[in-house]
Amino acid sequence: MDLSIYFNLPLWLRLAIQGAAVIAVLFPIAAACSMAERKISAWIQGRPGPNRTVPPFLAGIPIIVPILQNLGLFQLAADGGKFVFKEDPIPGHVNKLYFVLAPILSMIPALTTISVVPFGAYFDKAGELVPIILANVDVGLLAVFAVASLGVYAIILAGWASNSKYPFLGAVRASAQLISYELSMTLSVLPVFLWVNVPGGMGTLSLFDVVQSQSQPGLWGGMWYVFLMPVSAFVFLVALFAETNRLPFDMAECEADLVGGFHTEYGAFKWSLFFVAEYCHMIVGSAVFVLLFLGGWNPLPWIPLSMVSDWLSLGDNPVLLGALATVLFIGKVLFFIFFFMWVRWTLPRFRYDQVMKIGWQKLLPLSIGNLVFYAVVIALLERF
Amino acid sequence: MAIIPVDRRPLSFAERTYLPQIISGLSTTWKRLVAPKETLEYPEQRPEIPANYRGVPTLVKDPHGREKCVSCQLCEFVCPPKAIRITPGDIPADSENAHVEKAPKEFEIDMLRCIFCGLCQEVCPEEAIWLQKQYSMTGYTRAEMVNDKQRLYELGGTLPDDHFKWDRKKEAEEAAAQGGHH
Repeated sequence: MDLSIYFNLPLWLRLAIQGAAVIAVLFPIAAACSMAERKISAWIQGRPGPNRTVPPFLAGIPIIVPILQNLGLFQLAADGGKFVFKEDPIPGHVNKLYFVLAPILSMIPALTTISVVPFGAYFDKAGELVPIILANVDVGLLAVFAVASLGVYAIILAGWASNSKYPFLGAVRASAQLISYELSMTLSVLPVFLWVNVPGGMGTLSLFDVVQSQSQPGLWGGMWYVFLMPVSAFVFLVALFAETNRLPFDMAECEADLVGGFHTEYGAFKWSLFFVAEYCHMIVGSAVFVLLFLGGWNPLPWIPLSMVSDWLSLGDNPVLLGALATVLFIGKVLFFIFFFMWVRWTLPRFRYDQVMKIGWQKLLPLSIGNLVFYAVVIALLERF
Repeated sequence: MAIIPVDRRPLSFAERTYLPQIISGLSTTWKRLVAPKETLEYPEQRPEIPANYRGVPTLVKDPHGREKCVSCQLCEFVCPPKAIRITPGDIPADSENAHVEKAPKEFEIDMLRCIFCGLCQEVCPEEAIWLQKQYSMTGYTRAEMVNDKQRLYELGGTLPDDHFKWDRKKEAEEAAAQGGHH
């Protein structure tokens, strides 16, 4: 396959095409998550879920259209179209500029974080594994944390600009919750990077290097960090639920006591932007979890991608190998999206004081203890 | 009354981490996820109507095809929302049912008023009006929602009859006219 035409394009154009391609995949997945949410909610409640909508001009086509109809994909399109075209009132009592700005702001960090997340890898001509990533920077995880936390500003801005009490309470809760869980989340991944950054090596926070260190040969090299550091993985996962405002931690929305939380005053397209942003956060958060603890694009523990490429002799075919790696990676991420929804219908929402108690009194000491434990273990391993 | 102290033992460590409960909860929801769905896909699948269901009131005929209603108007009088309107009429002398006292000329049940209470069926001395299995009434106009006599017999059909009250009365009268006793 001749890709030289593509590589002869100017760099800025290639980057623009790559960025657009990633968003063109991420945005529809985030939108489809809303239908997945409805379907999985329905199945867990013993219902079939939305399965009726079909455009009349497609109704006669056999097999493929009924399958899409049963999966509710036409319903998704109809909902999306409705959000775009319905009237979008702005209440009289809001601060208009910030009210309109908030949903736009919520999208920006959600779509930005994906740029430092690798979602596949292939072998270049020199036989080196190269990540498929928009910006292969060394600060990787730090950039994800830094930008993802900006998402809460959109919620705070929405709550404040709405100028009514329930959105405001939702925004206050969201900021308090974010601060509480950000700490444990960051502390929980430090052992991973202590382990990755062996003394004498090059210091890195790159997510690609974390996956590389899970793809080495041998018992310890091929082990995913979820086995090596289960407590870290658990704390990170719990904090991830809190950071993405998912049940059982959806304090910012909490429709039982806050009407709709921060989005009470929003409707139509602005409302849907908030939710696409929430699903984007879930996708990026799950991606980071998969990269850190579940071996990224490696199909199974102790079976890295390079082994699979040897079996299928895909080493000299970067496009196919890259596609395989990306599919493996997206598959794992989608499982996590499913897990988010599965947990939603399993656990009741925590009370606000319980959320704070779990965050400060349970998770934070746990993650600090975990960090100290691994620091001591790694120091001892280095010494002996 | 005896006071029974309930022994509330403190939560174990595993219970305080919530984890065993979360895992058992996840397995419960997983079982629900893969279980067959409870929903009845309504227009394609119809619910099974029990034999004693009280749906739309209808008029019925006896096995000989005679309309059983004799337009006594008891149902009209008992109907709480006044949904029934009966115009009594005579049976022509040359009809084979001439021995029956009367028949309704017109019989209307306004389904926008009917409350499906079943008092009409209960009060009917002729067992002529029955609440049967039809549960869904739709129409585009008010006029469409009024069941007239023809429609009521279409909906009602024929129900079995144990008595044949009017035929027996006629036989008895004929026997008496021939000088026998009855």
